[in-house]
Amino acid sequence: MLTLQCPYCGVQCDETELTAGGEAHLTRHGPGSDADTFEQYLFLRENPRGVHFERWRHSHGCGKWFHAARSTTTLRVFGTYKAQTTEPPQQIRDAISAVHPGWSWRNFGETA
Amino acid sequence: MFDVHTALDGASFDGAIRVAELTGQGMIALRGDLGDATLRDAVSALTGHDIPAPLHAAWSGEVTTVWMSPDELLILLSYADAAGAARDLQGKLAGIHALVHDMSDARSLFRLTGPALRDTLAKLTPADVSPAGLPVGMARRTRLAQVPGAFFLRDAQTADLVCFRSVARYVFDLLKTAADPAGRVGYFEGFPEP
Repeated sequence: MLTLQCPYCGVQCDETELTAGGEAHLTRHGPGSDADTFEQYLFLRENPRGVHFERWRHSHGCGKWFHAARSTTTLRVFGTYKAQTTEPPQQIRDAISAVHPGWSWRNFGETA
Repeated sequence: MFDVHTALDGASFDGAIRVAELTGQGMIALRGDLGDATLRDAVSALTGHDIPAPLHAAWSGEVTTVWMSPDELLILLSYADAAGAARDLQGKLAGIHALVHDMSDARSLFRLTGPALRDTLAKLTPADVSPAGLPVGMARRTRLAQVPGAFFLRDAQTADLVCFRSVARYVFDLLKTAADPAGRVGYFEGFPEP
């Protein structure tokens, strides 16, 4: 069972109190964008074995959306952070680097 | 004047704990910036106490304020006062970005009493209901089996539980099953209260 801490209210949420919201840090490309970027935005998703960034909603609680960084293989949670950001905060990156040196995810990573 | 009927008309059940729907209960939902001085003053003037700390409930007299989220409060007061109080509060908050609504008929409130309180709740929710995880005065908005619900402890053997009116029968039946005397667990009853 996955347990995440909501960064807004501080509650340790059980997975069943949350709603999964798919991949985090997507840039929206709407009408007027070219077909390739629109396809990228709408359909192409990361499906990594390892470090992954996700959106979650504390739906049976404060109702806020937040982001979580975790490993899809070990279920280790590197941390959760508020959604008002376009990239993972440094402390989350450091936590990942401590476990997975040289990690990368889309355009984020140690070498990026 | 019309008669006010709650979802279960004050139904109650005596088992490992006593479960009773509270009648004559009013509720005001308030959303806004809880750090705003105008909002804090207006709420305190209505309730008679300060806004509760995050994840907590505060009460004085007949009025209780429950912290629901970083920008939401639930004010519990008598049904007769709710509509007028909501109007007054709306008037006081007219100048700031806030939303006030009388939710008295949208939600149901149950009072749970008895020493097996924590064991009964633990059967229904993934939330930590141990004395350390849910001390008296702490409010937790979570899940009760398949529906959302919120509860807080007034003292070690009394809790108030809020759910949507549309699922009041479901929640009452859940609580009745969980509080069946034959299903007594006795796990938390020996825990010391902090």
